[in-house]
Amino acid sequence: MTFINYASREINCKIVYYGPGLCGKTTNLQHIFDATAPQAKGKLISLATETDRTLFFDFMPLELGTVRGFKTRFHLYTVPGQVFYDASRKLILKGVDGVVFVADSQEERMDANIESLYNLEENLQTQGYDLMKIPYVLQLNKRDLPNILPVVDLKTELQRKGEPVVEAVASTGSGVFDTLKAVAKQVLTELRKG
Amino acid sequence: MADTPILLREQQYHEIKAVLARLRMEAEARIVFLVDKDGQQIAAQGDVGNLDTTSLASLVAGNVAATSGMAQLIGEKEFPTLSHEGDKESIHIAVIGRLLLVVVFDERSSLGLVKLRSKQIARQLSSLFDEILRADFDDMDSPFAEITDADIDSLFS
Repeated sequence: MTFINYASREINCKIVYYGPGLCGKTTNLQHIFDATAPQAKGKLISLATETDRTLFFDFMPLELGTVRGFKTRFHLYTVPGQVFYDASRKLILKGVDGVVFVADSQEERMDANIESLYNLEENLQTQGYDLMKIPYVLQLNKRDLPNILPVVDLKTELQRKGEPVVEAVASTGSGVFDTLKAVAKQVLTELRKG
Repeated sequence: MADTPILLREQQYHEIKAVLARLRMEAEARIVFLVDKDGQQIAAQGDVGNLDTTSLASLVAGNVAATSGMAQLIGEKEFPTLSHEGDKESIHIAVIGRLLLVVVFDERSSLGLVKLRSKQIARQLSSLFDEILRADFDDMDSPFAEITDADIDSLFS
């Protein structure tokens, strides 16, 4: 839920990165963190297992700049991708303003993408949201790997509503900021509507 | 459709800060802050110093969400308070509707005192926040109604 503080002249919005296990959600946040000037970001909090798999969520606050005299802050969250952490995923979607679905482009991960996308739709519904109406971007990650599906096939299976589709290699940062920009733009445009 | 934004006007912000300041004094706490259940910090009062209150707010909300999930699994609606006691610093969290009142305190205070004072102030905070939620977005002189694509693009330039 967007929070607008007129006293401190700040807008805070919440964006959640969703997707199957090992698709690169945390890597997206890690790249944003590494590539952002220290004064524009807070800490990157990772609640992960000992083997670096996300256990609960990753979180980083990011200040993008000023719009009409208001500082715009985005709170970026990832969910744990592994199937059995569904209860955690539901909790993290509470109060979400925009969602990025990070799809793994590898052929053998297609079923996992589809399952995770259904799971996203279901969990959004549980929280009272409709995927068809919420600011949303589809990122096709891992475009540098050899065994990937063509973009057109991934779009056929995964694109839901004509949402922006961004090709990415999160490990090098390619497409990461384009994805963030695409979702942030939709969130701020929603604010214009009121 | 995403939720309607929460709008906090200047006067309401200062009223909340005043209530938090009183609680901080009466509970002999180091820091008192108010967070909404989604992890957005609403206001803080006290010796914040270098403390990363944004991250703390997010983790407090995650903590409450996780324990509420546990509560529901055992047939409770939620746990209304959470306390974490450390060697020197401790945290008490009170759930007040969709607000989380967070008190950070050290050995100069006690959990009993913090709990008591937090409970005493809960109703006042709750009614202040109800007023905030009743504000109609359409009636506000929103700075975003006139926002342009160029404004948004400039954030990423």
